[in-house]
Amino acid sequence: MAETLRVYLDNAATTPVHSDVIDVISSVMREYYGNPSSIYNEGQKSKELLEQSRDIVAQAIHADGAEIYFTASGTESDNWAIKGAALRYFGQKMHIITSVIEHHAVLHTCESLAKIGYEVTYLPVDADGIVAPEVLAAAIRPDTVIVSIMMANNEIGTIQPIKELAAVCRDKKVLFHTDAVQAVGSVPIDVKDLGVDLLSLSGHKFGAPKGVGALYIRKGVRINNFMDGGAQERNRRGGTENLPYIAGLAKAITISAADLPSKADKLSRLRNELVEKVMDTIPHTRLNGSYDKRLPGNANFSFEFIEGESLLLMLDHMGYACSSGSACTSGSLDPSHVLLAIGLPHEIAHGSLRVSISTSLTSEVIDRFVAALEKIVFRLREMSPLYEDFVKNKTTPIIPCTKCYKEQIMKEV
Amino acid sequence: MLYSDKVMDHFMNPRNVGEIEDASASGTVGNAKCGDIMKVDLKIENNVILDAKFKTFGCGSAIATSSMATEMIIGKTLDEALSLTNKAVAEALDGLPPVKMHCSLLAEQSVKAAIKYYYEQNGGIPEDKKHLFDVLQEDEHSV
Repeated sequence: MAETLRVYLDNAATTPVHSDVIDVISSVMREYYGNPSSIYNEGQKSKELLEQSRDIVAQAIHADGAEIYFTASGTESDNWAIKGAALRYFGQKMHIITSVIEHHAVLHTCESLAKIGYEVTYLPVDADGIVAPEVLAAAIRPDTVIVSIMMANNEIGTIQPIKELAAVCRDKKVLFHTDAVQAVGSVPIDVKDLGVDLLSLSGHKFGAPKGVGALYIRKGVRINNFMDGGAQERNRRGGTENLPYIAGLAKAITISAADLPSKADKLSRLRNELVEKVMDTIPHTRLNGSYDKRLPGNANFSFEFIEGESLLLMLDHMGYACSSGSACTSGSLDPSHVLLAIGLPHEIAHGSLRVSISTSLTSEVIDRFVAALEKIVFRLREMSPLYEDFVKNKTTPIIPCTKCYKEQIMKEV
Repeated sequence: MLYSDKVMDHFMNPRNVGEIEDASASGTVGNAKCGDIMKVDLKIENNVILDAKFKTFGCGSAIATSSMATEMIIGKTLDEALSLTNKAVAEALDGLPPVKMHCSLLAEQSVKAAIKYYYEQNGGIPEDKKHLFDVLQEDEHSV
Protein backbone atom coordinates (compact mmCIF):
# COMPACT_ATOMS: atom_id res chain seq x y z
CA MET A 1 0.00 0.00 0.00
CA ALA A 2 1.26 3.44 -0.85
CA GLU A 3 2.22 5.56 2.14
CA THR A 4 -0.62 7.98 2.85
CA LEU A 5 0.43 11.61 2.78
CA ARG A 6 0.12 12.79 6.39
CA VAL A 7 -1.39 16.14 7.32
CA TYR A 8 -0.87 17.14 10.94
CA LEU A 9 -3.83 19.15 12.23
CA ASP A 10 -3.35 18.70 15.98
CA ASN A 11 -0.94 21.49 16.86
CA ALA A 12 -2.85 22.23 20.07
CA ALA A 13 -1.84 18.77 21.32
CA THR A 14 1.80 19.31 20.50
CA THR A 15 3.97 20.77 17.75
CA PRO A 16 6.85 19.28 15.80
CA VAL A 17 10.21 20.41 17.20
CA HIS A 18 11.66 23.18 15.03
CA SER A 19 14.86 22.08 13.27
CA ASP A 20 16.80 25.13 14.54
CA VAL A 21 15.73 24.15 18.05
CA ILE A 22 17.05 20.62 17.51
CA ASP A 23 20.39 22.12 16.41
CA VAL A 24 20.60 24.29 19.52
CA ILE A 25 19.72 21.36 21.80
CA SER A 26 22.27 19.01 20.28
CA SER A 27 25.05 21.59 20.38
CA VAL A 28 24.24 22.42 24.02
CA MET A 29 24.31 18.71 24.83
CA ARG A 30 27.76 18.45 23.23
CA GLU A 31 29.32 21.66 24.48
CA TYR A 32 27.60 22.65 27.69
CA TYR A 33 27.78 19.57 29.85
CA GLY A 34 28.96 21.46 32.95
CA ASN A 35 26.56 21.74 35.88
CA PRO A 36 25.42 25.38 36.13
CA SER A 37 25.87 25.14 39.91
CA SER A 38 29.61 24.36 39.60
CA ILE A 39 32.08 27.20 40.08
CA TYR A 40 34.71 26.11 37.56
CA ASN A 41 34.82 27.12 33.90
CA GLU A 42 32.53 24.40 32.48
CA GLY A 43 29.89 25.12 35.10
CA GLN A 44 30.02 28.88 34.68
CA LYS A 45 29.76 28.55 30.91
CA SER A 46 26.53 26.59 31.43
CA LYS A 47 25.32 29.08 34.02
CA GLU A 48 25.79 31.90 31.54
CA LEU A 49 23.77 30.11 28.86
CA LEU A 50 21.07 29.36 31.43
CA GLU A 51 20.73 33.02 32.37
CA GLN A 52 20.80 34.12 28.73
CA SER A 53 17.99 31.70 28.01
CA ARG A 54 16.04 33.01 30.98
CA ASP A 55 16.36 36.57 29.70
CA ILE A 56 15.21 35.56 26.23
CA VAL A 57 12.10 33.80 27.57
CA ALA A 58 11.43 36.78 29.85
CA GLN A 59 11.68 39.27 26.98
CA ALA A 60 9.25 37.29 24.86
CA ILE A 61 6.49 37.91 27.43
CA HIS A 62 7.79 41.33 28.59
CA ALA A 63 8.95 40.07 31.98
CA ASP A 64 12.28 40.43 33.77
CA GLY A 65 14.71 37.52 33.81
CA ALA A 66 14.40 37.27 37.59
CA GLU A 67 10.68 36.54 37.17
CA ILE A 68 11.10 33.40 35.03
CA TYR A 69 11.46 29.95 36.61
CA PHE A 70 12.05 26.90 34.42
CA THR A 71 9.96 23.79 35.04
CA ALA A 72 9.48 20.41 33.38
CA SER A 73 6.04 21.16 31.88
CA GLY A 74 3.02 23.42 31.76
CA THR A 75 1.37 21.02 34.19
CA GLU A 76 4.18 21.50 36.71
CA SER A 77 3.90 25.28 36.32
CA ASP A 78 0.14 25.13 36.97
CA ASN A 79 0.63 22.87 40.00
CA TRP A 80 3.35 25.09 41.42
CA ALA A 81 1.42 28.35 40.93
CA ILE A 82 -1.80 27.14 42.52
CA LYS A 83 -0.47 24.84 45.23
CA GLY A 84 2.39 27.22 45.99
CA ALA A 85 0.00 30.14 46.53
CA ALA A 86 -2.64 28.13 48.37
CA LEU A 87 -0.28 26.35 50.75
CA ARG A 88 1.52 29.55 51.68
CA TYR A 89 -1.69 30.75 53.33
CA PHE A 90 -2.88 27.35 54.61
CA GLY A 91 -5.26 27.78 57.53
CA GLN A 92 -5.79 31.48 56.76
CA LYS A 93 -7.08 31.74 53.22
CA MET A 94 -8.71 28.51 52.13
CA HIS A 95 -10.74 29.53 49.06
CA ILE A 96 -9.68 29.11 45.42
CA ILE A 97 -11.47 30.32 42.30
CA THR A 98 -11.09 28.81 38.85
CA SER A 99 -13.38 28.16 35.87
CA VAL A 100 -15.29 25.13 34.67
CA ILE A 101 -13.37 24.99 31.37
CA GLU A 102 -9.79 24.80 32.70
CA HIS A 103 -7.30 22.15 31.62
CA HIS A 104 -7.07 19.13 33.91
CA ALA A 105 -3.67 20.39 35.09
CA VAL A 106 -5.61 23.14 36.90
CA LEU A 107 -8.87 21.30 37.65
CA HIS A 108 -7.19 18.27 39.20
CA THR A 109 -4.79 20.49 41.16
CA CYS A 110 -7.81 22.26 42.66
CA GLU A 111 -9.50 18.93 43.36
CA SER A 112 -6.43 17.73 45.18
CA LEU A 113 -6.40 20.91 47.31
CA ALA A 114 -10.12 20.42 48.03
CA LYS A 115 -9.22 17.07 49.60
CA ILE A 116 -7.09 18.82 52.21
CA GLY A 117 -9.73 21.37 53.12
CA TYR A 118 -9.74 24.10 50.47
CA GLU A 119 -13.01 25.29 49.05
CA VAL A 120 -13.06 25.69 45.27
CA THR A 121 -15.46 27.85 43.26
CA TYR A 122 -15.76 26.90 39.60
CA LEU A 123 -16.92 29.93 37.63
CA PRO A 124 -19.38 29.30 34.79
CA VAL A 125 -18.75 30.46 31.23
CA ASP A 126 -21.10 31.82 28.57
CA ALA A 127 -21.95 30.02 25.32
CA ASP A 128 -18.63 31.15 23.80
CA GLY A 129 -16.67 29.90 26.81
CA ILE A 130 -15.93 33.31 28.32
CA VAL A 131 -15.67 34.09 32.05
CA ALA A 132 -17.30 37.43 32.83
CA PRO A 133 -15.20 39.76 35.04
CA GLU A 134 -18.29 40.72 37.07
CA VAL A 135 -18.98 37.05 37.79
CA LEU A 136 -15.42 36.74 39.07
CA ALA A 137 -15.75 39.89 41.18
CA ALA A 138 -18.88 38.51 42.84
CA ALA A 139 -17.17 35.21 43.67
CA ILE A 140 -14.13 36.69 45.45
CA ARG A 141 -14.28 36.41 49.25
CA PRO A 142 -12.04 37.69 52.05
CA ASP A 143 -10.52 34.20 52.30
CA THR A 144 -9.86 33.80 48.54
CA VAL A 145 -6.17 33.04 48.11
CA ILE A 146 -5.80 32.68 44.34
CA VAL A 147 -7.79 32.89 41.12
CA SER A 148 -6.70 30.76 38.15
CA ILE A 149 -8.27 31.37 34.73
CA MET A 150 -6.71 30.08 31.52
CA MET A 151 -5.73 32.57 28.85
CA ALA A 152 -6.87 30.43 25.92
CA ASN A 153 -8.85 27.21 26.01
CA ASN A 154 -7.17 24.11 24.62
CA GLU A 155 -10.35 22.68 23.04
CA ILE A 156 -12.40 25.57 21.72
CA GLY A 157 -9.60 28.17 21.63
CA THR A 158 -11.62 30.87 23.43
CA ILE A 159 -9.42 33.74 24.62
CA GLN A 160 -10.41 35.14 28.01
CA PRO A 161 -10.47 38.85 28.93
CA ILE A 162 -7.38 38.25 31.08
CA LYS A 163 -6.55 41.92 31.57
CA GLU A 164 -10.02 42.64 32.99
CA LEU A 165 -10.01 39.50 35.13
CA ALA A 166 -6.56 40.32 36.52
CA ALA A 167 -7.69 43.89 37.28
CA VAL A 168 -10.59 42.54 39.36
CA CYS A 169 -8.12 40.48 41.38
CA ARG A 170 -5.68 43.34 41.84
CA ASP A 171 -8.51 45.53 43.18
CA LYS A 172 -9.42 42.85 45.69
CA LYS A 173 -5.79 41.99 46.49
CA VAL A 174 -6.09 38.37 45.39
CA LEU A 175 -3.35 36.56 43.44
CA PHE A 176 -4.14 35.89 39.79
CA HIS A 177 -2.66 33.00 37.79
CA THR A 178 -3.24 32.28 34.13
CA ASP A 179 -2.52 29.01 32.36
CA ALA A 180 -1.21 30.44 29.07
CA VAL A 181 0.02 27.11 27.70
CA GLN A 182 -2.12 27.39 24.55
CA ALA A 183 -1.60 31.12 24.13
CA VAL A 184 2.19 31.55 24.31
CA GLY A 185 3.61 31.29 20.82
CA SER A 186 0.19 31.91 19.22
CA VAL A 187 -0.69 35.41 20.40
CA PRO A 188 1.49 38.28 21.67
CA ILE A 189 1.74 38.34 25.47
CA ASP A 190 2.80 41.18 27.73
CA VAL A 191 2.60 40.18 31.40
CA LYS A 192 3.01 43.79 32.56
CA ASP A 193 0.12 44.97 30.42
CA LEU A 194 -2.04 41.99 31.41
CA GLY A 195 -1.31 42.57 35.08
CA VAL A 196 -1.08 38.88 36.01
CA ASP A 197 0.85 37.64 39.05
CA LEU A 198 1.63 34.16 37.72
CA LEU A 199 1.65 32.70 34.20
CA SER A 200 2.34 29.13 33.03
CA LEU A 201 3.82 28.25 29.66
CA SER A 202 4.93 25.04 27.96
CA GLY A 203 7.62 24.64 25.30
CA HIS A 204 6.19 21.82 23.21
CA LYS A 205 3.20 23.93 22.16
CA PHE A 206 5.49 26.18 20.09
CA GLY A 207 8.33 24.13 18.65
CA ALA A 208 10.38 23.16 21.71
CA PRO A 209 10.46 19.52 22.86
CA LYS A 210 8.15 18.01 25.47
CA GLY A 211 9.53 18.22 28.99
CA VAL A 212 10.28 21.91 29.44
CA GLY A 213 8.09 24.79 30.61
CA ALA A 214 8.27 27.90 32.72
CA LEU A 215 6.40 29.76 35.40
CA TYR A 216 6.39 33.55 35.48
CA ILE A 217 6.24 34.80 39.06
CA ARG A 218 5.85 38.56 39.25
CA LYS A 219 8.48 40.28 41.40
CA GLY A 220 7.17 40.53 44.95
CA VAL A 221 4.72 37.62 44.70
CA ARG A 222 5.34 35.06 47.41
CA ILE A 223 4.38 31.44 46.89
CA ASN A 224 5.67 28.24 48.45
CA ASN A 225 8.22 26.08 46.69
CA PHE A 226 6.85 23.06 44.91
CA MET A 227 9.99 21.08 44.14
CA ASP A 228 12.26 20.98 47.20
CA GLY A 229 15.94 20.37 46.62
CA GLY A 230 19.06 22.33 45.77
CA ALA A 231 19.55 26.04 45.26
CA GLN A 232 18.62 26.03 41.57
CA GLU A 233 16.22 28.61 40.18
CA ARG A 234 17.04 31.08 42.97
CA ASN A 235 16.26 28.52 45.66
CA ARG A 236 12.70 28.09 44.41
CA ARG A 237 12.78 25.01 42.24
CA GLY A 238 15.28 22.28 43.10
CA GLY A 239 16.73 19.94 40.49
CA THR A 240 19.67 20.31 38.11
CA GLU A 241 18.50 22.46 35.24
CA ASN A 242 17.66 20.77 31.92
CA LEU A 243 19.96 23.16 30.10
CA PRO A 244 19.67 21.74 26.55
CA TYR A 245 15.88 21.95 26.66
CA ILE A 246 15.91 25.33 28.39
CA ALA A 247 18.15 26.68 25.61
CA GLY A 248 15.78 24.99 23.14
CA LEU A 249 12.81 26.69 24.81
CA ALA A 250 14.54 30.06 24.42
CA LYS A 251 15.24 29.36 20.76
CA ALA A 252 11.66 28.22 20.10
CA ILE A 253 10.11 31.24 21.80
CA THR A 254 12.40 33.53 19.77
CA ILE A 255 11.34 31.86 16.52
CA SER A 256 7.65 31.97 17.39
CA ALA A 257 7.84 35.58 18.60
CA ALA A 258 9.35 36.76 15.29
CA ASP A 259 6.55 38.26 13.15
CA LEU A 260 3.98 36.90 15.58
CA PRO A 261 1.22 39.35 14.55
CA SER A 262 1.62 38.54 10.85
CA LYS A 263 1.79 34.80 11.54
CA ALA A 264 -1.33 35.03 13.71
CA ASP A 265 -2.99 36.90 10.88
CA LYS A 266 -2.10 34.23 8.36
CA LEU A 267 -3.33 31.50 10.71
CA SER A 268 -6.64 33.30 11.26
CA ARG A 269 -7.17 33.64 7.51
CA LEU A 270 -6.46 29.95 6.91
CA ARG A 271 -8.63 28.95 9.85
CA ASN A 272 -11.52 31.13 8.67
CA GLU A 273 -11.23 29.63 5.21
CA LEU A 274 -11.39 26.15 6.74
CA VAL A 275 -14.39 27.05 8.90
CA GLU A 276 -16.25 28.62 5.95
CA LYS A 277 -15.63 25.62 3.73
CA VAL A 278 -16.62 23.06 6.36
CA MET A 279 -19.81 24.95 7.22
CA ASP A 280 -20.69 25.43 3.54
CA THR A 281 -20.10 21.76 2.72
CA ILE A 282 -21.50 19.78 5.64
CA PRO A 283 -25.06 20.36 6.88
CA HIS A 284 -25.98 20.13 10.58
CA THR A 285 -22.58 21.37 11.66
CA ARG A 286 -21.73 23.98 14.25
CA LEU A 287 -18.60 25.87 15.20
CA ASN A 288 -17.98 25.51 18.94
CA GLY A 289 -16.58 28.51 20.83
CA SER A 290 -16.37 32.17 19.97
CA TYR A 291 -16.21 33.22 16.33
CA ASP A 292 -13.71 36.03 16.91
CA LYS A 293 -12.28 35.76 20.46
CA ARG A 294 -10.33 32.61 19.74
CA LEU A 295 -6.82 31.34 19.06
CA PRO A 296 -5.91 31.97 15.41
CA GLY A 297 -5.12 28.30 14.70
CA ASN A 298 -8.11 26.70 16.41
CA ALA A 299 -11.35 25.41 14.91
CA ASN A 300 -13.77 23.14 16.77
CA PHE A 301 -16.83 21.67 15.09
CA SER A 302 -19.72 19.42 16.05
CA PHE A 303 -21.31 17.22 13.42
CA GLU A 304 -24.75 16.06 14.48
CA PHE A 305 -25.73 12.34 14.35
CA ILE A 306 -22.17 11.00 14.49
CA GLU A 307 -19.56 10.20 17.12
CA GLY A 308 -16.11 11.77 17.31
CA GLU A 309 -13.85 8.77 17.74
CA SER A 310 -15.16 7.12 14.57
CA LEU A 311 -14.54 10.38 12.79
CA LEU A 312 -10.95 10.58 14.08
CA LEU A 313 -10.17 7.00 13.10
CA MET A 314 -11.42 7.49 9.55
CA LEU A 315 -9.61 10.82 9.21
CA ASP A 316 -6.45 9.13 10.47
CA HIS A 317 -6.90 6.41 7.88
CA MET A 318 -7.07 9.08 5.17
CA GLY A 319 -3.95 10.80 6.49
CA TYR A 320 -5.28 13.51 8.80
CA ALA A 321 -4.39 13.85 12.50
CA CYS A 322 -7.06 15.70 14.52
CA SER A 323 -8.64 15.49 17.96
CA SER A 324 -12.13 15.15 19.46
CA GLY A 325 -13.95 15.82 22.71
CA SER A 326 -15.99 12.62 22.52
CA ALA A 327 -16.14 10.40 25.60
CA CYS A 328 -14.53 7.56 23.69
CA THR A 329 -11.37 9.54 23.09
CA SER A 330 -11.11 10.78 26.67
CA GLY A 331 -11.31 7.39 28.34
CA SER A 332 -14.24 8.57 30.45
CA LEU A 333 -17.98 8.13 29.96
CA ASP A 334 -18.70 11.80 29.56
CA PRO A 335 -17.72 13.92 26.60
CA SER A 336 -15.49 16.98 27.06
CA HIS A 337 -16.25 19.07 30.16
CA VAL A 338 -15.53 22.17 28.06
CA LEU A 339 -18.17 21.39 25.43
CA LEU A 340 -20.75 20.55 28.11
CA ALA A 341 -19.86 23.79 29.97
CA ILE A 342 -20.66 25.94 26.91
CA GLY A 343 -24.09 24.30 26.86
CA LEU A 344 -23.80 21.58 24.22
CA PRO A 345 -26.06 18.55 24.73
CA HIS A 346 -24.12 15.31 25.26
CA GLU A 347 -24.87 13.91 21.81
CA ILE A 348 -23.54 17.05 20.10
CA ALA A 349 -20.43 17.10 22.30
CA HIS A 350 -19.78 13.45 21.35
CA GLY A 351 -19.65 14.48 17.70
CA SER A 352 -16.97 17.13 18.05
CA LEU A 353 -13.77 17.60 16.08
CA ARG A 354 -10.87 19.90 16.95
CA VAL A 355 -8.65 21.04 14.10
CA SER A 356 -5.58 23.03 15.20
CA ILE A 357 -3.56 24.25 12.23
CA SER A 358 -0.07 25.58 11.58
CA THR A 359 1.07 28.21 9.07
CA SER A 360 2.24 25.43 6.73
CA LEU A 361 -1.40 24.72 5.81
CA THR A 362 -2.46 25.74 2.29
CA SER A 363 -5.81 26.34 0.58
CA GLU A 364 -5.21 23.25 -1.50
CA VAL A 365 -4.79 21.06 1.58
CA ILE A 366 -7.86 22.67 3.16
CA ASP A 367 -9.87 21.67 0.07
CA ARG A 368 -8.60 18.09 0.22
CA PHE A 369 -9.29 17.90 3.94
CA VAL A 370 -12.83 19.26 3.60
CA ALA A 371 -13.56 16.80 0.79
CA ALA A 372 -12.32 13.90 2.93
CA LEU A 373 -14.27 15.15 5.92
CA GLU A 374 -17.46 15.47 3.90
CA LYS A 375 -17.12 11.91 2.67
CA ILE A 376 -16.48 10.55 6.16
CA VAL A 377 -19.31 12.46 7.82
CA PHE A 378 -21.67 11.28 5.08
CA ARG A 379 -20.52 7.69 5.55
CA LEU A 380 -20.92 7.75 9.31
CA ARG A 381 -24.34 9.39 9.02
CA GLU A 382 -25.43 6.65 6.63
CA MET A 383 -24.50 4.22 9.40
CA SER A 384 -26.19 6.20 12.17
CA PRO A 385 -29.63 5.28 13.54
CA LEU A 386 -29.98 8.91 14.72
CA TYR A 387 -29.59 10.14 11.16
CA GLU A 388 -32.03 7.50 9.91
CA ASP A 389 -34.54 8.72 12.47
CA PHE A 390 -34.05 12.28 11.29
CA VAL A 391 -34.45 11.39 7.60
CA LYS A 392 -37.40 9.01 8.03
CA ASN A 393 -39.32 10.40 10.95
CA LYS A 394 -38.32 14.02 10.50
CA THR A 395 -37.12 14.36 14.08
CA THR A 396 -35.96 17.90 14.85
CA PRO A 397 -32.21 18.19 14.55
CA ILE A 398 -30.37 19.94 17.41
CA ILE A 399 -28.20 21.84 14.93
CA PRO A 400 -30.88 23.12 12.56
CA CYS A 401 -29.37 24.46 9.40
CA THR A 402 -25.74 25.32 9.00
CA LYS A 403 -26.44 28.28 6.73
CA CYS A 404 -28.87 29.96 9.15
CA TYR A 405 -26.54 29.22 12.01
CA LYS A 406 -23.62 30.74 10.16
CA GLU A 407 -25.59 33.87 9.34
CA GLN A 408 -26.53 34.14 12.97
CA ILE A 409 -22.97 33.91 14.31
CA MET A 410 -21.65 36.27 11.65
CA LYS A 411 -24.29 38.82 12.70
CA GLU A 412 -23.16 38.63 16.30
CA VAL A 413 -19.58 39.54 15.37
CA MET B 1 -2.46 1.07 17.66
CA LEU B 2 -5.48 1.32 19.89
CA TYR B 3 -7.39 -1.45 18.11
CA SER B 4 -6.57 -4.87 16.66
CA ASP B 5 -6.37 -5.27 12.87
CA LYS B 6 -9.65 -7.16 12.98
CA VAL B 7 -11.44 -4.36 14.80
CA MET B 8 -10.06 -1.88 12.26
CA ASP B 9 -11.14 -4.09 9.39
CA HIS B 10 -14.71 -4.36 10.71
CA PHE B 11 -14.73 -0.63 11.44
CA MET B 12 -13.40 0.50 8.07
CA ASN B 13 -15.36 -2.11 6.09
CA PRO B 14 -18.36 -2.89 8.25
CA ARG B 15 -20.47 -5.88 7.16
CA ASN B 16 -24.25 -5.77 7.10
CA VAL B 17 -24.78 -2.02 7.48
CA GLY B 18 -28.32 -0.93 6.69
CA GLU B 19 -31.93 -1.78 7.33
CA ILE B 20 -34.17 -4.70 6.40
CA GLU B 21 -37.35 -3.41 4.74
CA ASP B 22 -39.53 -6.37 5.78
CA ALA B 23 -37.69 -7.14 9.02
CA SER B 24 -39.23 -9.73 11.34
CA ALA B 25 -37.80 -7.94 14.34
CA SER B 26 -35.74 -4.94 15.35
CA GLY B 27 -33.91 -4.02 18.55
CA THR B 28 -32.38 -0.72 19.61
CA VAL B 29 -30.19 -0.27 22.69
CA GLY B 30 -27.96 2.45 24.18
CA ASN B 31 -28.61 6.17 24.13
CA ALA B 32 -27.26 9.23 22.39
CA LYS B 33 -26.29 10.85 25.69
CA CYS B 34 -23.72 8.14 26.36
CA GLY B 35 -22.48 8.32 22.81
CA ASP B 36 -23.60 4.94 21.50
CA ILE B 37 -26.79 3.55 20.02
CA MET B 38 -27.11 0.23 18.18
CA LYS B 39 -30.06 -0.88 16.11
CA VAL B 40 -30.27 -4.40 14.71
CA ASP B 41 -32.89 -5.61 12.20
CA LEU B 42 -33.46 -9.37 11.77
CA LYS B 43 -35.15 -11.41 9.07
CA ILE B 44 -36.30 -14.63 10.72
CA GLU B 45 -37.92 -17.70 9.18
CA ASN B 46 -38.55 -21.03 10.91
CA ASN B 47 -36.51 -19.90 13.90
CA VAL B 48 -33.50 -19.22 11.68
CA ILE B 49 -31.93 -15.79 11.21
CA LEU B 50 -31.75 -15.38 7.43
CA ASP B 51 -30.40 -11.86 7.50
CA ALA B 52 -29.21 -9.21 9.94
CA LYS B 53 -28.46 -5.54 9.37
CA PHE B 54 -27.35 -2.83 11.74
CA LYS B 55 -27.03 0.90 12.17
CA THR B 56 -24.79 2.28 14.89
CA PHE B 57 -24.01 5.69 16.31
CA GLY B 58 -20.80 5.27 18.25
CA CYS B 59 -17.06 4.86 18.37
CA GLY B 60 -14.88 2.57 16.28
CA SER B 61 -15.37 -0.43 18.53
CA ALA B 62 -19.15 0.09 18.66
CA ILE B 63 -19.29 -0.10 14.87
CA ALA B 64 -16.87 -3.04 14.71
CA THR B 65 -18.76 -5.06 17.35
CA SER B 66 -22.08 -4.42 15.55
CA SER B 67 -20.53 -5.67 12.34
CA MET B 68 -19.03 -8.75 13.97
CA ALA B 69 -22.18 -9.61 15.97
CA THR B 70 -24.35 -9.54 12.82
CA GLU B 71 -21.79 -11.74 11.04
CA MET B 72 -21.92 -14.22 13.89
CA ILE B 73 -25.71 -14.66 13.94
CA ILE B 74 -26.61 -14.81 10.25
CA GLY B 75 -27.65 -18.37 9.39
CA LYS B 76 -27.98 -19.31 13.06
CA THR B 77 -31.07 -20.50 14.91
CA LEU B 78 -32.59 -18.19 17.49
CA ASP B 79 -31.27 -20.47 20.25
CA GLU B 80 -27.77 -20.24 18.82
CA ALA B 81 -28.03 -16.47 18.46
CA LEU B 82 -29.25 -16.20 22.05
CA SER B 83 -26.10 -17.91 23.24
CA LEU B 84 -23.98 -15.13 21.73
CA THR B 85 -22.10 -13.35 24.52
CA ASN B 86 -20.29 -10.05 24.51
CA LYS B 87 -17.10 -11.90 25.35
CA ALA B 88 -17.46 -14.06 22.24
CA VAL B 89 -17.91 -10.95 20.07
CA ALA B 90 -14.84 -9.32 21.62
CA GLU B 91 -12.78 -12.49 21.17
CA ALA B 92 -13.82 -12.83 17.54
CA LEU B 93 -12.38 -9.34 17.06
CA ASP B 94 -9.07 -10.40 18.67
CA GLY B 95 -9.97 -8.46 21.78
CA LEU B 96 -11.01 -4.94 22.68
CA PRO B 97 -9.29 -2.40 24.96
CA PRO B 98 -10.77 -2.76 28.51
CA VAL B 99 -12.53 0.64 28.33
CA LYS B 100 -14.31 -0.52 25.18
CA MET B 101 -15.75 -3.77 26.52
CA HIS B 102 -19.11 -2.07 27.10
CA CYS B 103 -19.44 -1.72 23.32
CA SER B 104 -19.44 -5.49 22.97
CA LEU B 105 -22.17 -5.74 25.60
CA LEU B 106 -24.20 -3.31 23.54
CA ALA B 107 -23.83 -5.67 20.55
CA GLU B 108 -25.07 -8.63 22.60
CA GLN B 109 -27.93 -6.54 23.97
CA SER B 110 -29.06 -5.29 20.56
CA VAL B 111 -29.29 -8.85 19.18
CA LYS B 112 -31.21 -9.98 22.26
CA ALA B 113 -33.49 -6.94 22.13
CA ALA B 114 -34.44 -7.85 18.55
CA ILE B 115 -35.06 -11.51 19.40
CA LYS B 116 -37.12 -10.51 22.45
CA TYR B 117 -39.24 -8.32 20.20
CA TYR B 118 -39.68 -11.25 17.81
CA TYR B 119 -40.87 -13.56 20.59
CA GLU B 120 -43.23 -10.91 21.92
CA GLN B 121 -44.78 -10.55 18.45
CA ASN B 122 -45.01 -14.34 18.03
CA GLY B 123 -46.74 -15.76 21.10
CA GLY B 124 -44.50 -14.46 23.89
CA ILE B 125 -41.10 -15.28 25.32
CA PRO B 126 -40.82 -19.01 26.17
CA GLU B 127 -40.67 -19.39 29.97
CA ASP B 128 -37.35 -21.30 29.87
CA LYS B 129 -35.69 -18.49 27.85
CA LYS B 130 -36.76 -15.52 29.93
CA HIS B 131 -33.53 -15.47 31.95
CA LEU B 132 -31.52 -15.06 28.73
CA PHE B 133 -32.86 -11.52 28.45
CA ASP B 134 -31.72 -10.41 31.90
CA VAL B 135 -28.71 -8.86 30.20
CA LEU B 136 -31.01 -6.21 28.74
CA GLN B 137 -31.48 -4.75 32.23
CA GLU B 138 -27.72 -4.33 32.68
CA ASP B 139 -26.16 -0.95 32.25
CA GLU B 140 -23.53 -1.38 29.58
CA HIS B 141 -21.27 1.06 31.44
CA SER B 142 -21.02 -1.25 34.43
CA VAL B 143 -19.06 -3.72 32.30
